[in-house]
Amino acid sequence: MSDNKKWFSLNLSSPKKQSTGSCGCGKTSGGCGSHANDQISDEDFDAAVDAAIGDERKKDGFDQVFDVQMDRRTAFRKLTASLLIGAGAVSTSCSVTTGEDAKEKAQIDWEEQFKGNYKLMTDKERNATVERLVRSYQLRKEKTITMSSQNAEEDVLFGYAFNISKCQGYMDCVSACVEENNQDRNSQMEYIRIHEMKDGKGFKFDDADDNYYHEVPAEGHFYMGTQCFHCDNPPCVDVCPVQATWREDDGLVVIDYDWCVGCRYCMAACPYDGRRFNWSTPKVPEEEVNKNQHYLGNRMRKKGVMEKCTFCVQRSRAGKNPACVEACPTGARIFGNLLDPDSTIRWVLENKKVFRLKEDLGTEPKFWYFMD
Amino acid sequence: MRRLKVFTSLVKDSLDVTTQGSKKYHLWMAFLTFVMLVGMYCYSVQLEFGLSATGMTDRVSWGLYISNFTFLVGVAAAAVMLVMPTYVLKDIDFKQAVLIGEGLAVAALIMCLAFVVADMGGPSVLWHMIPGIGVFNFPNSMLTWDVIVLNGYLFLNISIPFYILFRRYQGKTPDPKIYVPGAILSVFWAVAIHLVTAFLYQGLQARPFWNNALLGPRFLASAFAAGPALIILVLAIIRNFTEFKIEDKTIKKIGMIVAVAAQINLIMLVSELFKEFYAPTHHSESAYYLFFGLQGKTALLPWIWTAIPLNVLATIILTFGKLRNNLNVLYFACFILFVAIWIEKGFGLIVPGFIPGPYGKIAEYTPTGIEIGVTIGIWALGAFIFTILAKTAIKIETGRLQFKGK
Repeated sequence: MSDNKKWFSLNLSSPKKQSTGSCGCGKTSGGCGSHANDQISDEDFDAAVDAAIGDERKKDGFDQVFDVQMDRRTAFRKLTASLLIGAGAVSTSCSVTTGEDAKEKAQIDWEEQFKGNYKLMTDKERNATVERLVRSYQLRKEKTITMSSQNAEEDVLFGYAFNISKCQGYMDCVSACVEENNQDRNSQMEYIRIHEMKDGKGFKFDDADDNYYHEVPAEGHFYMGTQCFHCDNPPCVDVCPVQATWREDDGLVVIDYDWCVGCRYCMAACPYDGRRFNWSTPKVPEEEVNKNQHYLGNRMRKKGVMEKCTFCVQRSRAGKNPACVEACPTGARIFGNLLDPDSTIRWVLENKKVFRLKEDLGTEPKFWYFMD
Repeated sequence: MRRLKVFTSLVKDSLDVTTQGSKKYHLWMAFLTFVMLVGMYCYSVQLEFGLSATGMTDRVSWGLYISNFTFLVGVAAAAVMLVMPTYVLKDIDFKQAVLIGEGLAVAALIMCLAFVVADMGGPSVLWHMIPGIGVFNFPNSMLTWDVIVLNGYLFLNISIPFYILFRRYQGKTPDPKIYVPGAILSVFWAVAIHLVTAFLYQGLQARPFWNNALLGPRFLASAFAAGPALIILVLAIIRNFTEFKIEDKTIKKIGMIVAVAAQINLIMLVSELFKEFYAPTHHSESAYYLFFGLQGKTALLPWIWTAIPLNVLATIILTFGKLRNNLNVLYFACFILFVAIWIEKGFGLIVPGFIPGPYGKIAEYTPTGIEIGVTIGIWALGAFIFTILAKTAIKIETGRLQFKGK
């Protein structure tokens, strides 16, 4: 059934095995009539994947780059490219006059420049790059940050619900998000937009104001927040030419800031205005930097890369609510594990009349709206 | 070994050819070099400050660079309009024009690649996109398809003329068995580069203005109008300034191609306008913005209302054989058609795709001086490359440049 569906659909009952063997009926063994015998088992699938890309699976990020078979031409091309970028790093690291710190900095920069895609790294490599980034920050700013590379947990699928009746447009979520996620203060980058809509006009986004500066709640208006919806079938992921953005197993759509080339194709592909670009070097005053970071989340970005809401991966994977949920004074925001039948989010989905935006696009957002 | 020797001699000779010429030629090249330097300076500013040096924002995230890229892919694809009759249908008329067309394709493709690189946020990590070293998201991302077809087309358009010129240089006739298969392949390839580039936009369900089945065919029609129109203009210039003989017959025949493509393009435009304005939906808002402006935001109006009349006028002129066969009228028609399609398929296509935004926000886009500087610099780069290629090719074709040593 899952093989010949006409469109993609979010399956909350057995999402873990969705891709490999189960069918939409929710049962794991025969009975619904669509379990064909020729469906491949998980082991076979793994074996096939191993046979096809086995090397890549085991390779760490460094090997992804350096341990590749290449002919002379590619080697030459690679060398010229790296020569240009690495020349500066080499000159510092080989010089006898520069200090130990400068050498270490140059060494880290070199390894960071040529590391692989985080998505394809092993856990060991992920830890290594995180350690390098922490050390690099220490060397530069003489402050210690903690950075996590915690992976998605089993049987977790994050979802979000937004209560339109409760939201009063205070925008505490927006400021909490900016502080939590170390967003650029100069360009006032914000992941969340609160749309102020007129009563009696319904959800008319074109008439809404998403950039208001007056006392709220304003008479005759209601409020609705948007951000990245972490689609289960995200259009932004497909279009990325270098797989710098992907959907994690717990449903979060994340970006490897160091792998992104900044083509902004994902931005054009997102129907929900969920992505932001660093048009210049992001600036956060040192005392305001949130030092509790995650590689895929709120670590410092650089200019020319994409970024977006990650449902505060540094918090959600540590069992906490995202900053926007915690900051909301009205309780309009609900976050939780969609696979846990006892979670609040599941209660909302089962007991409220929920809807999502632009469902016709088949993106399956994991972000629902409802009213009291 | 002999081939290597001939090749070295060819490189030396063409260096001689390209560094010597009339005063006009030197002035032209100096002018282009100056513009390129200005462009490079602008690009260095952009590198330092990031893309915030451009007019692009989170609301309109592609601008002048991607517009020009899209348009130039069309120009590159159009070289095929000359390749097909010459090599495949054995129409001898086009033979002189075809090398020029292919040179134009090479220059256009290099400009395309330059525009894409200029648009990148992180040009220093572009190696992430090289298959084998980086991670190439093929076949999911249409951008990777585009990388493949553009580079493949560039290879074809360099190797075929190079083979022909290399043989001519040695005073031999090129063997059709070798170059005709390549030429036939490039015919299909040219359609592919343009269709794939259209799919880049067409495949985005987030942007209703682009998510439209006619986009691909319309790309092809407009490309096969604008590209040969440019070739006619270039041939006219070459005829005036060099001893290279191009017959009126050749130019008139290309003119016919332009006429047919322009007519088809106009029919498709009418079809699009009908769909957008007869029963306007929410998805027609971008078209409304483009043609009439929305909420008092009218930045694109002067452009599109220049493009449409020029387009119609050019198509009318080209349709009537009497007008078309008058060369001066033909040049005029080709020029206005080229400008019209540059507007329509450049920012007339890219910018409205982002306006209104996903939630109806209307934020306009105006390119900055830096952005315009880089754009003009890249155009100068294209002209520079084309001049060098054309000058060498013409010298070899006219038999003035030949391998002397044994």
